[in-house]
Amino acid sequence: MAVAKRPIIHPVDKYLRTERLPHVWCPGCGIGITLHAFMRAVKELEDEGRIDSSKILFVSGIGCTGRAAGYVNFDGAHTPHGRAIPYAMGAKLARPDLIPVVFSGDGDLVGIGGNHFIHAARRNMDVLVILVNNMIYALTGGQVAPTTPKGTYTTTTPFGNPDRPINAVKIAAAAGANYIARWAVTHPELLKNSIKKALPMEGFRLIEVVSICPEIFGRHIGFRAPIELYRRLQKVVKIRGKISPFEATYDWEKEIILGEFQVRNEPGYTRVLMEAFKHG
Amino acid sequence: MPARHYKITIVANRCKECELCINICPKKILAKGDEYNAKGFRFTRVTRPEDCIGCRLCEHICPDFAIFVEPSEKPEEVIAR
Repeated sequence: MAVAKRPIIHPVDKYLRTERLPHVWCPGCGIGITLHAFMRAVKELEDEGRIDSSKILFVSGIGCTGRAAGYVNFDGAHTPHGRAIPYAMGAKLARPDLIPVVFSGDGDLVGIGGNHFIHAARRNMDVLVILVNNMIYALTGGQVAPTTPKGTYTTTTPFGNPDRPINAVKIAAAAGANYIARWAVTHPELLKNSIKKALPMEGFRLIEVVSICPEIFGRHIGFRAPIELYRRLQKVVKIRGKISPFEATYDWEKEIILGEFQVRNEPGYTRVLMEAFKHG
Repeated sequence: MPARHYKITIVANRCKECELCINICPKKILAKGDEYNAKGFRFTRVTRPEDCIGCRLCEHICPDFAIFVEPSEKPEEVIAR
């Protein structure tokens, strides 16, 4: 089979399977912005000699965000729905030299994979979780997700969503993660700095990215263009420094707090297990 | 201090016409073009490359890896396919 030509034009093209671009995401989708920030963080870390990008294991689940594994030039897997974290855990235990990164959506990680998320955080598993929160199940046509704001119109809630949204930052904090941060696609440079800081750390690291879905989420609630939803998100996000993760509110009507909420350096699961084997 | 110039490269076939870069540019030097790319989108063009201040907001916001800014000798716009 002939191998397609892989053009290298953009500065981060080294980490992309450029022959597959343009990608499947809708115009103005926040997943591309998040992926771009991740690529720039990896590029800077590799230029500084702090990581080896060939050791990165890029795992994604199902959903719009799950498609990311097909566009990156790292080793990776597109796993069953909600099972991205267990896959990364298994790979890390078999090959402790790998750097697993789980890049998936809100429906995948805190919806169907919610239990895996809690217990990976409880065990302080060595995995960086980038949770791209677009507030909806976008790939399947706009059903209500656990992160959909209260009162929002979606395909399955024609009278407004009656449920309160889940706050992934508080869950990770209650389960005991090492690093917890929340950023939004309105601040791509701060998001990049956060990924750059969290990637070489050990333990469970969560970076929630409040994203925009202009086509499935924004269009149904009256935002005609991607930039309108982007400006709406810009109005609601607020950056706060040095506050507890339990004060990080997630409210689409009032405010979504962004920032770095928890930075600890407790031993990761791989190290704990290795120590136990050494003595036993 | 010598005047600094920037080269703005647009990867035409990746652009999806979302207009985020056009709206985010603080100098408003980007605009929707008249040409179509291979997927039928009218990709972004640079109207005044000499006004670019090199903030790279367009590069960071582009979800499609379709635009990037580099320092250069003279202001220019490059269309890559």
